[in-house]
Parts: sequence; C-alpha cells; structure tokens
Amino acid sequence: MRQLLLIDWVLITALGWLAIGLVGIVLPRNFALISRYLFPLGAALALVLALLALAAIGAAPQVRILPLGLPDLPFHLRLDALSAFFLLLLGATAAGISIYAAGYLRPGEGTAPGLHCLLYHGLLASMAMVMLADDGYAFMVAWETMALCAYFLVASEHRYAEIRRAAYLYLLISHVGAVGILLAFGVMAGSAGDYTFDAMREFSSNGYWPSVAFLLALFGFGTKAGILPLHVWLPEAHPVAPSPVSAMMSGIILKTAIYGMLRVAFDLLHVQLGWWGVLLLVIGLASALFGVIFAAVQTDMKRLLAYSSIENIGLVFVGIGLALVFKSFQLPNLAALALTAALYHCLNHAFFKSLLFLCTGSVLHATGERNLGKLGGLIHHMPWVAWLALIGALASAGLPPLNGFVSEWLLLQGFLFTAGLPHGYLNMLLPTVAGAVALIAALAGFAMVKFFGVVFLGQPREEKLAQAHDAGRLERLGLLWLAAGCVLLGLLPNVVIALLDPVTRQLLGGGLSYTAASHGWWLLAPISEDRASYSPAIFLVSIALFIPLVYWAVRRYYHGRLTRVAAWDCGFPLQTSRMQDTAEGFGQPIRRIFSPFFKRTREHPSPFDTQPRYRSIVEDPLWYWLYLPVARLVEHGTRLIAFLQQGRIAIYLLYSFVTLLTLLVLTRG
Amino acid sequence: MNAMLLNAVPLASQVINLCAAIMLLLGFAMLAQRRVLTLINLFMLQGLVLFTSTLIVALSTHQNHLLWSAALTLLLKVIALPYILHRLIRRLSVKWDIETLLNIPTIMLIGIALVVVAFNVAQPISQLSGTITRATIGIALACVLLAFLMMITRSKAVPQVIAFLAMENGLFFAATSATYGMPMVVELGIALDVMVGMVILGVFFFQIRQQFDSLDIRHMETRREP
Repeated sequence: MRQLLLIDWVLITALGWLAIGLVGIVLPRNFALISRYLFPLGAALALVLALLALAAIGAAPQVRILPLGLPDLPFHLRLDALSAFFLLLLGATAAGISIYAAGYLRPGEGTAPGLHCLLYHGLLASMAMVMLADDGYAFMVAWETMALCAYFLVASEHRYAEIRRAAYLYLLISHVGAVGILLAFGVMAGSAGDYTFDAMREFSSNGYWPSVAFLLALFGFGTKAGILPLHVWLPEAHPVAPSPVSAMMSGIILKTAIYGMLRVAFDLLHVQLGWWGVLLLVIGLASALFGVIFAAVQTDMKRLLAYSSIENIGLVFVGIGLALVFKSFQLPNLAALALTAALYHCLNHAFFKSLLFLCTGSVLHATGERNLGKLGGLIHHMPWVAWLALIGALASAGLPPLNGFVSEWLLLQGFLFTAGLPHGYLNMLLPTVAGAVALIAALAGFAMVKFFGVVFLGQPREEKLAQAHDAGRLERLGLLWLAAGCVLLGLLPNVVIALLDPVTRQLLGGGLSYTAASHGWWLLAPISEDRASYSPAIFLVSIALFIPLVYWAVRRYYHGRLTRVAAWDCGFPLQTSRMQDTAEGFGQPIRRIFSPFFKRTREHPSPFDTQPRYRSIVEDPLWYWLYLPVARLVEHGTRLIAFLQQGRIAIYLLYSFVTLLTLLVLTRG
Repeated sequence: MNAMLLNAVPLASQVINLCAAIMLLLGFAMLAQRRVLTLINLFMLQGLVLFTSTLIVALSTHQNHLLWSAALTLLLKVIALPYILHRLIRRLSVKWDIETLLNIPTIMLIGIALVVVAFNVAQPISQLSGTITRATIGIALACVLLAFLMMITRSKAVPQVIAFLAMENGLFFAATSATYGMPMVVELGIALDVMVGMVILGVFFFQIRQQFDSLDIRHMETRREP
C-alpha cells in the first residue's frame, strides 16, 4: 500500500460526494435520511476538502494518473497552489451551502430529494475534478458534467415553462462556450496531439496562435463566468434555481471559470501579451458597470443578486487584466498585487454572494415572494436572517471592516501604481479605469441598500408577511458559517494574503506576503507603509467603541422624551405600507441617469382609469441587438439545411448511396 | 503461403468463382423480382450460395474459424431469417404485391452500370489482397451496391428489409473473399445485429400497417417535421 498523498485524499473526498449522491438516488424517497444525514455529511466532506486544500496550498505540486477514461487516454490529475486555492474556495463555501441545504430541502418541492441529492453532490464532485484535472480530456469531462448537473438543478421546477426556458438558455450558452474551451485546448496542444497540460506548457507556439488560444479560452470561460456580452443566461438561470443551487452557481461555479481563465492565461500559455490585459480590463469594466446598473433597477431580489454577480465577476476580470498588463511589462510584484486582489475578491464573493442568496432562500420559504414590491419589514419576523443578510450586504457593498472592502481596496491600490508603467497611453488611461471601479463600488453599495432596505426594513407591504418565520436551525448554521467567513476574511487580510502567496508565486513569480505582513498581522500594507495601509482591527475596534457610545448617548439624552403620536399625514386621510419607497422608486434615479443602458417599455394608466395599472419592464438591450439576430441567422441556416430533409426514405437512402459511391471512386483515385 | 495453397487447389478456386457468379446473378434476379415470396426464396438461395462458398474457403485454406462462420450463415440466413420472413408475410398477407419506384428495365440498366463501377473500384483492392478469392471482391462489392439499389427503388417495407439483409450478405461475401472473414467477434456482432434488426423491423411492420393500413413507406412522408 503506497503512501496516500494529499491529492489522493482530495480525490477520496470527491468520490465521497459521489457516493453520497448515489446513496441518495438509491433511496430516493427517504427524505429524512437525505436531509438529516446525507447533506450534513456532504458539508463535513466539504470542510475536510477545505482543510486538505489549506494544507496543499503551500505544498509542492502533486500529480496522479487515474486509469479511468478511454483506453490509452487516462485522466491526469494535479494539485498545485492554484487548484488548491480554488479547492479551498469550493470546500469552505460548499460547507456552508450544504448545511443550509440540509435545512432548506422540503419534501414535494422541485425534483425528488434523492435525485436532487445526486445532482447536487455530482456538481460538487465535478467541480473538484475540474480543479484537479491536468489534461484537456479530464478537464472537459468534468466541465461538462458540471454544466449538466447545474442544468438539471436549475430546471428543478421544470413544470414552469419560463424555468425550462432559462435552464435551456444556460445549457445552450454553456455548450457553445465548451466548444470554445475545447478549441483553445486544441490550439495549445498544437500538432503533437498530446492533450496533457504538461505538454501544453512545453509547447510554445508562435505568431498569433497564443492570442487565438487566449481569445478562444476567454470566450469559453467567459460564457460560464457571465461576462459581457455572454451574460444573458446568468440573470435568467441563477434566480430560478433553488436557493442553495443559486448560491452554488454564483458563489462557486462562476469561480471555476475564473480558475480556467487563470490556468490558461498564466500557466498553460508561455507568453502573456499586454493587449490581452487591456482587453480583459475593458470587458471586465463593461461587465461590472453593466451588472451593477442593472442590479440597481431590478425588482426581483434574486435577479438583483444575479446582476450583482456579473458586477463582481467583472471586477475579478479587471484584476486579472491588470495583472496581465503588469506581467507583460515585467513587473511581477505589481502583477502579484493585482492578481491577489482578483483572487481575494473571488473568495470574498463566494462567501458574501452565497450568504445573500441563501438569505433570499429563507425569505422565499417564509413568504413565497421574490418580488421586492411585495416584501418589506421582515427584520421583525426574521431577525436572524435579516442580521446575517446585513453582514452579507455590507460585505457586498465593500464596507470595512468586512471582506469586500479589502479586495476592492487592493484592486484600487493596484491601479495607483499604473502611473509607473513605461507606456504613454496606458499610464494615462488606467487611472480613469480606477475611477470607474470606484463608481462601480459606490453603485454596488446603492444596490445593496436597496436590497436590504426594501426586503427587511420598513413596513410589510403584504398582509401575509406577518406570518413569516425565521430560518431553521441548520439553515442558521449555514448562514452563520458564511457570515463568519465574511467577517474573518475582512479582519485577517494578511493571513489570506499569505495563503495567496504561493499562488501568485506559481503564476507570476512574485508575491505580496513579505511586504504585506512585515508590519504585523493587524496592518496591511501591500507595497510599503508610506504608500497605503489598512488596518481592519482598528476599524473594528473603533466601530465597537463608537456604537455603544452612540447607543448610550441616545439612551441618555433622548430616552423618555420621546412620545409616539400619529405622524402628520400630509393631508392624506390614510397612510398604508404601500406608500413606502418601493424598489422601482428607489432605483428610479439610476434608471434616469443611465437610461441609454436600458431597453424600457412602460404602460401608464390614463387618469380616468378606475382600475389603474402601471407597468414598467426594463430589459437588456443586448438581447435584442446581439442574441436575437444571431438566433435568426441560425434559424435561417437550419431552414436551408432542412431542404435536404424531404421525408422520403428512398431519398435518404439515395444520399447514403451517392456518398458511398463517391467515396469509393475517390479512394480509388 | 495462402497464395501457394490456392494454386494447389484450382478446383476450389473455380468453385468459389462459380459461387460468386451465382451471387451476382441472384442479385440481379432480386433486383428484377416483383413478388415478395420469390424474393424471400431468392434471398434464401443467396444465403445458401454464401454458405457453400464460405465452407469451400474454410476447407481449402484450413481456416477453422470460417467453419463457424459458415455454420452461422447456414443457421441464420438459410434457415432462421427466411422462416421468419415467410411467417411475417403470411401474417401481414403481402405475398404478391411489389411496386418499384422506377420501372424494372431502367433499374437493370443502372445495376449494370453499378457492376462496372464496382469492378473498377475493386481492382486496386484485389491487387493488394493475397487470398485465393481475390477475384471475387469486385463481385461482392457489386452485390452490396445492387442490394443498396434495390433498397432505394422499392417502396414497400418488406422488400426493403430483404434488400438490407442481402446487402449484409454481400458484405459478408466481401469479407470472406478479401481477408478470409472478419474476426469472430465482429462476425458474431453483425449476426446479432441482423437478428435484432429483423425483430425490430418486424415490430415496425405491424406498427406501420396499423397506422396507415398499408406497408407502403411513402405514407411516412407525411410524418416528417414541418
């Protein structure tokens, strides 16, 4: 019996997930077993995986060849710092989501619990395999398994036509993307036909081939990541899935695309060109701006979060782009700063977006509503969910001392150093990008205020909201885990940066941890203390001191002098909760300012209408400008081809007959 | 080695060539035949010829696995399939009618052209091949093409199936004559395929007739996607 390496244990964990899924499908009706034992067991395995990955980040790369797959084409696996980091992300986030899902599952909802269990754990296992894969074949198999599992999970409520449509859109775009990835691997493997990643690393194509591979990979992984203009499936598919699945899709599946992008751009390709970085910057910035603006005008809470995911992925792409630019100018330390920001943001987004999606799941179960216009005041009935959602919302808005702030701050720090680039235009243009990033961060704050304020604060907008109940014990545990992650990642940036160090060293040959940690664990100074530093602990301490002070002052000076009287009602005879600021009303300024971004249809009632109805639909113009023309083109093409289909068997036989004869004659000559 | 053996047994070679000629003749006969019952009998005869030629190749070259092939041929193509087909047409009561999409003389002319093409195409292959039966490759190919032509030009389901089976006969003949037969696994696989195909098609016959009150596959044209 040979020594079991870390990679073997990771593999065993993934197999454990598969086994859990299989047990679930064998006993599909045993709801108690699935929700009380299998899902918590899956969460425990996720935790084990996180710990294994933590140990593997600093370790030397390990490889394994799995005698699976086709004859003479085994699966190559490899565990290095990059995959270990993303496995850590997967394990740590999935632990929270799984334990939440254990409490979230309800009998008779969506697919049968056994099938759900299989798909859910199959998804987890395939994501782990994506990160372990070390050849194109294994990667594609895992990648497609992941897409299929996610498709079936999205289509859980397949009785609704719109959900089937959303799931189909996801599957379609994800398959088109998979073709892009496959072609990218093909280009990188070159003519040798060896699809192991080792061979791709060795193979140095020249001319424009690296760029072709990069662009194909960008297209392929971009479809999965939901960057502009390949994003249309994301706001459709993420909201309609069951909430733990939404959390998983936003939190983890999007990150597999980031992983693939990093793997291809920094590891498999032997050159990194500056214009790739600029391209990623532009695309990332466009996605982030687009995502945050659309998030600000949504009226469905899960759609709002889905658009916010586009924004966050855009920011990650901005970070990767910046790292590519620095790398192409041979500035490894600055590249490491930008890449650290991007990776850090991946981790942060995984935690806070999963947290927020799970909170919407609890709200959905308690009220049955996704529409922001019918929620409100839930903090009174669901205090746990409300407070934990507040942590997630603050983190997502990028406020200190939570985690979202650290990565956005690091990203902006990265931009401040672009002035030193030895390139005239770039060092003029990039600071303006930093301005745009700041704008995006502010708008993200706006969207989060809207999300939290409309759902949890104010008065309930519907009668039935009074019956809303708080999350159950297991659900709370999952939420608490993720919220704790948000807080800790914010408070201990140096620990995280030390974790990221092997990754940036592997990809760029430079790291941050030496300078960053040189001032003790409590002060983060990425480049030098004189330039900029951030100490979350001081923030926390000051907040912790300030809040009791204010509370005390309010109690001391105002308590007792307050009398409750009926508010001045502006001359209206009655005031109802429907007169509160609504989601539409709150988003209206944004809708005004950024009106060229939207395609909007409105119906105003006439003043004499006795039953007035107001309707306003904000749509994505890209759907009309890009997707529908492409769809029409494809349809036209298929109609041309359909001419071949005459419906007569004799004609079909004639086709094969003529083909046979032609081939025979050709091979003779 | 085998080539030398061939020269030592000219009789076997001549018999095989005779078999090949009969195969081709039967192919044309099937192409021209208007009656289903006779078609099945012709198919059975073709199977018999195939069996004879395989047996002779096996005996004269001492390829033992070809004996198994021959036994399989006898069992399947001379006994089992004709029997099933006979029962089938009795139950469907379609013994007589056959309509062709083109008239028979035209089909025969096309068939002759196909034989010329087949010989032309098979020439380089038979030069490469070192078996005693290499002269017959062209004929085997011609048999395949003729059966294919028959499949195209028939409008009823039963003759199409017979054509399909005849095509398999031609393929088998080509395999024995070019390389002394395929590996046993492949042969068994094909035999199983033919069996299963027969069963499925039998089911289909009944379904088609139930749906359209006829076995004319031209009715299926209405079932294409718009």
